[in-house]
Amino acid sequence: MSTLQTTTDEVLRLASEHFKVPLDKLNPDDDFFTKLGINSLQALDLLTRIEQHFRIELPDYELQGVNDFRTLAERIQSRL
Amino acid sequence: MLDLAKYNSLGEALSAAVDRWPSEICLIEADRDRENARFTYSQFSAAAMALGRALQDAGFKSGTRAAIIMTNQSKWLISAYAIFFCGGVLVPLDYKLSAAEQLALLAHSKAEFLVVEYHLWQAIARADAFKAFGARVVLVTEAPKGVELHGAKRWEEFRATSATAAPVFVPRARKDTACIVYSSGTGGRPKGCVLTHENYLEQCVALTSLYPFWPGVRYLSILPTNHAIDFMVGFIGPFTCGAAVVHLRTLRPEYIREAFTKYKITYVSLVPMVLKSLEKGLRQRFAELPPARRKMLQALIGANRALTKHKPNLALSRALLGQVHKAFGGELRAMFVGGAFTEPGTLQFFYDLGIQVGNGYGCTEAGTVITVNDLKPFRADTVGKPLPGMEVKIGAADAEGIGEVLVRSRTVMSHYLDDPEMTAETIRDGWLVTGDLGRIDRNGHLQLFGRKKNMIVTEEGKNIYPEDVETVFEGLPVKEFCVFAANYLWPERTMTGEKLVLVIHPEAGKAVTNELVAEIAERNRGLLNYKRIGGYLIWDRDFPLTASLKIKRLDLAEQIRQAASRSTMVAL
Repeated sequence: MSTLQTTTDEVLRLASEHFKVPLDKLNPDDDFFTKLGINSLQALDLLTRIEQHFRIELPDYELQGVNDFRTLAERIQSRL
Repeated sequence: MLDLAKYNSLGEALSAAVDRWPSEICLIEADRDRENARFTYSQFSAAAMALGRALQDAGFKSGTRAAIIMTNQSKWLISAYAIFFCGGVLVPLDYKLSAAEQLALLAHSKAEFLVVEYHLWQAIARADAFKAFGARVVLVTEAPKGVELHGAKRWEEFRATSATAAPVFVPRARKDTACIVYSSGTGGRPKGCVLTHENYLEQCVALTSLYPFWPGVRYLSILPTNHAIDFMVGFIGPFTCGAAVVHLRTLRPEYIREAFTKYKITYVSLVPMVLKSLEKGLRQRFAELPPARRKMLQALIGANRALTKHKPNLALSRALLGQVHKAFGGELRAMFVGGAFTEPGTLQFFYDLGIQVGNGYGCTEAGTVITVNDLKPFRADTVGKPLPGMEVKIGAADAEGIGEVLVRSRTVMSHYLDDPEMTAETIRDGWLVTGDLGRIDRNGHLQLFGRKKNMIVTEEGKNIYPEDVETVFEGLPVKEFCVFAANYLWPERTMTGEKLVLVIHPEAGKAVTNELVAEIAERNRGLLNYKRIGGYLIWDRDFPLTASLKIKRLDLAEQIRQAASRSTMVAL
């Protein structure tokens, strides 16, 4: 059973792997655009990676207005 | 295509189209690798008519304003056709704005009807400003069963009670308003461009004379349909020519690539960011080829470049570079790129592969497109020539011929909604003042050299006005502050790398502390990523103010320009 905490940890790990940023440099409240140095298209790429991992489908709009890992993890959690 | 000179309104032209091509496919809605829906013109019409009748039963009349806030999908176009058929005025709003911004524009437009997707409606209903929401009828699409709809009705169930009842067609004159399109003003002063039926019909004739559509053509619609470009080339253009629109409900690069081959796409419109992402993907694939094949490919690209130098030759390019064209489905004729500046290197990359890129320049106020590359020959360094019927001149040109781009055409908007002052500043003696700096070369091509107006445009094609981001800095512990576009303060004659700069005037005797900088950075993070400021500038003089204590932006900009250089800006 995943909790918001474990989901957040997984999101951070996936982001770290996908964009090759050391995991210890990423925090739940970080702005992922700034921290990962990515644009909105690359953020959609991350969403695809997350979907494969959690075996869920996240419409693009779930990313709308979301800047930080924690809120993203909350959106995922609500669909698990 | 239809002879659009015969029609007075979009509703009339679309109605003629559904009669002319009843069994042609007009609309496909895909989501990832699934196909949600597929409509012939006659099925599309039936869906719109059932909705139109129900709208009229609910009091929809000639000139009634109806807003749409939806991602690209079939119900967007069905609803729009129903609105036009019933003589309404369409207010297409950007689904990517925040709920508070959407509510502000809904209030400004005085829309009485709203068609909205369920997830967007939820966000609107939760916003503080929802208390003042004034639309009379709200239709929500795709709402799950049993959920709270906050007074809205389900789009799918909002149908004429009698299956045979058809709506009454409501004619409109060419000069009547077709749409109110917001080009900016989410946090400041709304700019609602009032566009007439004539604006759209004329633009459609001009654009399709250069890039024709016909039955069998498939246009991939991924730019938001609320945006002027997609509304024209992803709705009105193809529909008045019997062609088809393919909606893709995701912008994931892998599904966009799949859609090209699955649906044999003929045309697509993109913003520069997506075009660059496609370029990057292709370059990567080329780099991974075994050395011998890579060399072969480079030779073929070189040959194609030499053979298409003077004019494109699609058949030849497809023969030479078959694999590349196959990856785009094999039927692609052109990609339109707009909304922001595209680097010449990217345009040249695609042209060398035999993939034509219709690079253009335009703005909502001008009725979408002003200039576009006519490929006679291809030029990567300009935004092309004025479209037929479009007069372009340069106002107050300097010694190098650079000045403000002015436009006169039957496609130029009527006015800004409820703002005669701003209309008078923007349309002078019949000429639209664009705020962009350009030069017309001896071949009649327009080259752009930055902006005269205080704004930036991002690679995603988003127009950002400093006034719209200032609210996030309100209450900052400084005497006063103001946001400018860096290129407005220090013109650089470039269209790339545009940034916003926050000018802060600290309280007397107070230094700029690390805490203050941290607070600025924190508040900046509260803005959506593309709206953020790039740096700040410390200013030690009082801002010039008007009698009503508003900042005189022009004067302040002039003072900063004189006293501080770009290098005094501190990056965030």
